[in-house]
Amino acid sequence: MTEETKFHHGDPSGNDKPIIEMKNIEKHFGRVIALAGVSFDVKSGECHCLLGDNGAGKSTFIKTMSGVHKPTAGEIFFEGKPLHFEDPRDAISAGIATVHQHLAMIPLMSVSRNFFMGNEPEKKIAGITFFDKKYADEVTMEEMRKMGINLRGPDQAVGTLSGGERQTVAIARAVHFGAKILILDEPTSALGVRQTSNVLATIDRVRKQGIGVVFISHNVRHALAVGDRFTVLNRGQTLGTAKRGEISPEELQDLMAGGQELAQLEGSLGGTV
Amino acid sequence: MTNATQPTAKPDERVKEISAFRQAMIRPELGGIVGTIAVFTFFLLFAFDSGMFNSQGVMNWSVVSAQFMIIAVGACLLMIAGEFDLSVGSMIGFAGMMIAIFAVTYGWPVWVAIIVTFVLCTAIGALNGWIVVRTGLPSFIVTLAFLFILRGFTIFLPQVIERKTIIGGISDVAEGDWLAAIFGGKILGGVFNWLGDAGIIATFERGNRMGEPVVDGIPMLIVWAIVLIIFGHVLLTKTKFGNWIFASGGDAEAARNSGVPVNRVKILMFMFTAFCATVFAVCQVMEFGSAGADRGLLKEFEAIIAVVIGGALLTGGYGSVLGAALGALIFGVVQQGLFFAGVESSLFRVFLGVILLGAVILNTYIRRIITGER
Repeated sequence: MTEETKFHHGDPSGNDKPIIEMKNIEKHFGRVIALAGVSFDVKSGECHCLLGDNGAGKSTFIKTMSGVHKPTAGEIFFEGKPLHFEDPRDAISAGIATVHQHLAMIPLMSVSRNFFMGNEPEKKIAGITFFDKKYADEVTMEEMRKMGINLRGPDQAVGTLSGGERQTVAIARAVHFGAKILILDEPTSALGVRQTSNVLATIDRVRKQGIGVVFISHNVRHALAVGDRFTVLNRGQTLGTAKRGEISPEELQDLMAGGQELAQLEGSLGGTV
Repeated sequence: MTNATQPTAKPDERVKEISAFRQAMIRPELGGIVGTIAVFTFFLLFAFDSGMFNSQGVMNWSVVSAQFMIIAVGACLLMIAGEFDLSVGSMIGFAGMMIAIFAVTYGWPVWVAIIVTFVLCTAIGALNGWIVVRTGLPSFIVTLAFLFILRGFTIFLPQVIERKTIIGGISDVAEGDWLAAIFGGKILGGVFNWLGDAGIIATFERGNRMGEPVVDGIPMLIVWAIVLIIFGHVLLTKTKFGNWIFASGGDAEAARNSGVPVNRVKILMFMFTAFCATVFAVCQVMEFGSAGADRGLLKEFEAIIAVVIGGALLTGGYGSVLGAALGALIFGVVQQGLFFAGVESSLFRVFLGVILLGAVILNTYIRRIITGER
């Protein structure tokens, strides 16, 4: 569990204005208070990790950020201006792209159809608008090559790709469509070791292009491998934000679990959790 | 972690090269193509002399196949969008009955009756879709309810209004109506006359139509089938909306997250299915000159069977309109071919079952190759 990695770390200077700033966000679902005042911001070219155990409110929070949920209370500033998203399309067109935990891709559809899903290029033939498949195929192949994935062809179904490759396709898609903020919802949770490192490498590549990355995880090692800042969420509240190097993996782990119980568990398991 | 950062990727040594032939063969329609070839080979061998392949015979099974095709196109797009419509058969009966009531009982001009029926039926389709997307209930249940509701009205309304379950006399009121001709007329009569005169196709040998060809034109039913197939195929494979149909059926949640208006797509597909059922109904009413309360019985299953033979996945997200059209062709040829071949008609179901099973097994195998399912 070392903090040394081969990745370059983004160096967001203190004066940098955040691209998105969320202040005291609250979200209630009926009687359930999912978020009880969460503050969070992302700067250009950094990877801000949002950590928390299951049920901490991570998914609810990023859904609020990406326009799926409307906050019950709290303010969102995007590039300094207050912002209200009506639906996910607004967030996408503003430059907030989300790569979701489970399926960002449709396995039965081809890579190029998935790549342009919801953003299909069009061309007019005799006054009728058609899906520009040729352009879609070329762009898809090119973007996939850049990300280091060699496709058999643009018609290859996403179902034939590995989990890591699917995440990479989803990330490449978001970057291609001009994302300023890239939200990755547990991109590594279902992946093997090698696939995880591919995804982490992709995150690093994306960050270097000046995109702000929000990396949601409950795995401290994965977060520490690429993160610049770390915010821990527990029971719908933030437990503070730490910069890289200011916090140890053990402290992060403790914060996520709420301390107590895990300390006992760790003792009985010999410190391997 | 080291080779992942290389800008160019190496071909994966674990992915086998696929020959061009195999790649051309592996397509969703393959099951339908194989089935069509098998069925035609069978009937060419066993029923060639029966009249099945002269002009009248060809027209006979073409019309039956075209009927299946019209409803299969709608069912296919809806199934790819991830939903079912079990009310298609009842919708056919209902639409036909509404036209008869409007045109015969109320005496409206036939074109008004047809347009009002189209509006009414697509609105019912929209209601079906709206209930499905709003409640999140399986479309199986919602449209099953409409199967009974619509059939009930189809029996109830004519009994209350006319005190019978069949309303006739539509041929008389439809005489000379411009819109009725688009559904009940025939085209290319001149070509068939010429073919008859040239002795290429059979002509009547006696009676008051002596010298006229036995087949005097292509019914508009077949034209509608071809137009709908081309429309469905182009919409599905060549447009943005087609991509949305696949996405909505493949994974509604992922599609929504990518900004696809899934609910709108699904409701529109329910409306299109209702539209296709109404086309079927209008053609049938114009052909028979009457509307019956029992019309369209079991058509929903026949449409679904044709679509599944054509390679579509029952759970949505995968399929082909051309495949569904081939499925409908197989259906029509088998149904009429067994009659020509002099086979006991009850064996039709045995045949159908065998073809359905064979095509679906083949399709599942092909789909797994294409999509990497396990």
